[in-house]
Amino acid sequence: MPAFVTFTLLIVVLSAVVAHVVVAKVRPWLWKLVAALGTVMLVGLCYLGLVWAPPEQYMSNVGRILYVHVPHIWVALAAFTLNVGCGVAYLLKKSWVTDALAEASAEVGVYFGAAGVAMGSIWARPTWGVWWDWDPRLISTTVMLLAYVGYLALRSFTEDPERRATWSSAAAILSYVSLPIVWYSVRWWNSLHQVQSSTSTVDKPMGQVLLWGLVTMLCWLFVFIVKRYEIARSRQTAAMELPPLEAPRPEAA
Amino acid sequence: MTPRLSLVAAAWLVFRKDLQIEWRTRARLTALLFFSLATLLLFSFAMGPDITTLRAHAPGYLWLGLLFASILSLGESFRVESENQALTGLVLTPVEARAIFLGKVFGNAALLFLLSLVLLPVTVALYDVELGRAPHLLVLVLLLGAIGISAPGTVYSAISANARARDVMLPLLLFPVLVPLLLAAVSATKFTLQPDPQEQLASWLKLLTAFDLIYLSVGFLLFPRIAEED
Repeated sequence: MPAFVTFTLLIVVLSAVVAHVVVAKVRPWLWKLVAALGTVMLVGLCYLGLVWAPPEQYMSNVGRILYVHVPHIWVALAAFTLNVGCGVAYLLKKSWVTDALAEASAEVGVYFGAAGVAMGSIWARPTWGVWWDWDPRLISTTVMLLAYVGYLALRSFTEDPERRATWSSAAAILSYVSLPIVWYSVRWWNSLHQVQSSTSTVDKPMGQVLLWGLVTMLCWLFVFIVKRYEIARSRQTAAMELPPLEAPRPEAA
Repeated sequence: MTPRLSLVAAAWLVFRKDLQIEWRTRARLTALLFFSLATLLLFSFAMGPDITTLRAHAPGYLWLGLLFASILSLGESFRVESENQALTGLVLTPVEARAIFLGKVFGNAALLFLLSLVLLPVTVALYDVELGRAPHLLVLVLLLGAIGISAPGTVYSAISANARARDVMLPLLLFPVLVPLLLAAVSATKFTLQPDPQEQLASWLKLLTAFDLIYLSVGFLLFPRIAEED
């Protein structure tokens, strides 16, 4: 399989994301195309990962989980980065749009992260002989998940929409800031995980499948966030007449 | 009109106010003390009476006891403010919200630090630790750890004081963020109590200091926006 095919697909997906954000007209149907592409690519990923790619040098067939595990974690990180970006944007300028996008990206990120950690645990059992290990990346990802579960709980336990938006933005920033500190502290504390997988640390055909997996998961990340965002927006408009922003409120505070 | 106070002066006033409220009743400190005593006792019951195991794990027990106590203490710190809308009053005075943040952080940290000093002799009695190896460094670790728990803790307690299910919210939000602090504080405490052949203490102290500075500055930036919504 020539490498440019996967790169072209990556560029197609990324430009679809940009088009969705920039051009309002394409929003009703573009996500369907991306979902269709994602489905086709998922089927392709099954073939490429299970049949086409060579078995891993040390882990043989067990290593094939790499092609879904690593992309899951990558897109979860992308979703959380989007979430904290929305949090900062909300604190700088209040907007219900960034609040809804923050909610959508956090929830989708928790899904991808939880699935990624579960796959990592399944992978760890035959390779390391344990289900769980005190490795920096494993711990940081789990801590990140816990922090975002707390974030989602905070959102669902706060009724006032404006408070919810502000507080969850602050919580997102505090949690995101902790990620590198968690990573370094656990690394000092204990380590065993193999060197980080990326397209440059694995063999060429494996790298291509890994990139294919990433593009597949990006398609789904995009579709999930778009749909979850629409749900968040319609909840916002259905719930109540939203209070005007930046206007003085009757009770001071 | 009252002249505007400087940040430090205002923070000092908030700090003094918090400690004064505390000192007048001494209810929170007493409750915290007995709560953490009970926690430390429970750890030894859970682990069995083997003194070498207990001694080896004493730093972990001490910090978990402090962490659990801090949840109660931090929750209380904004609960007193939500009665009679005291925080609203405080925000309306010509005092910056940032000063309230600093005053609250150091007020909470002072209380936790005091608690940790009281718990030290208890760890000697229960776990047979030796405090004499590097007492000044041990006190430094306790102080840095207390500030580290209080800095993000104050932000989160301001948030959770007004949320539903606030007693669950605070630990749910705070514990993940405190993971590096717990690791650093436990390791640093361990190396002040036990031999430190690889001289790791310095790097853990640096991590503790970095954690404190990062969360003090993030909280300092975020707190005004949170106080607006309270």
